[in-house]
Amino acid sequence: MLTIGTPAPDFNLYSTPDQRYTLQDFQGKNLILAFYPADWSPVCGDQMSLYNEMLQLFRKQNASLLGVSVDSKWCHMAYTQARNLHFPLLADFEPKGAMAKAYEAYDDKEGQCHRALYVIDGSGIIRWNFLSPPAVNPGADGILDALEKIQAKK
Amino acid sequence: MAKLTPPPGPQDHARGNEGAPVTLVEYGDFQCPHCGHAFPAVEDIIQKMGNGLRFVYRHFPLSASHPMAKAAAIAAEAAGRQGKFWEMHHLIFKNQDQLSPETLFAIAQKTGIDLKQFSNDIQDPALEEKVDADFESGVRSGVNGTPSFFINGHKYNGSYDEESLMASLTF
Repeated sequence: MLTIGTPAPDFNLYSTPDQRYTLQDFQGKNLILAFYPADWSPVCGDQMSLYNEMLQLFRKQNASLLGVSVDSKWCHMAYTQARNLHFPLLADFEPKGAMAKAYEAYDDKEGQCHRALYVIDGSGIIRWNFLSPPAVNPGADGILDALEKIQAKK
Repeated sequence: MAKLTPPPGPQDHARGNEGAPVTLVEYGDFQCPHCGHAFPAVEDIIQKMGNGLRFVYRHFPLSASHPMAKAAAIAAEAAGRQGKFWEMHHLIFKNQDQLSPETLFAIAQKTGIDLKQFSNDIQDPALEEKVDADFESGVRSGVNGTPSFFINGHKYNGSYDEESLMASLTF
């Protein structure tokens, strides 16, 4: 995991077949990055469904949320529709896992992302991170605490 | 981390002896099949532990996966205004496979509450705020799915079958 207080690496990835996101798109806003192993696997589903319900709470803290996995944009599109998700999932697909590797959240053995969380502030600095065991849904209390600390310092 | 915030208080729906040595708090979603499975187990435990247990139920509806979950939670709150929260809670879980606005009214009628009052109350934004506040307290307490249980304020990470839960409650 990257160190807290260091600049977040840039990225430029598809979320849907015709939409891309970069780090700059979130300038001036807090950004939550949720790396997860794979679309469709049970724990990830619970984790993403949970965050999906929390978008309003995140918005209150001036924060946007991006999920990141190595699945393709087509897979993400189907998954987003099936789970009724209202936030973008980034396809870290080509070159595979490049963003996850830059964020030290890549599992070489499995060829997928670790279950890793980052909170980045509006100036692109990493303010919080958390690495969860692959089978454990880390919940969101840590994310909310981190966001509140950032907002309190303003 | 994973500590119940806020602790059980007057805002909660609670059953059992207030001074009980053990308090079990459940965060549940009325349309979640896992919560549906946990329901009879929890009811059994409540019977068996009697005065030794206080049970609190808080709402944690995952609306995008379960479109009727929040409406059901609000309906239970509305029934609660007429003193029938637990009757509604039981009947909703028992009928969780067929939840719809119509079944919620039918269930409400079965509890014997005033239906006109009920249909006014379900539109009161205060009830939705109560459900949202439960949800927010859940995520702050480390709830990561449903059902999630807290035993005397600490998150319980074991399985929610009766035997495992009972073993942790009676240590």
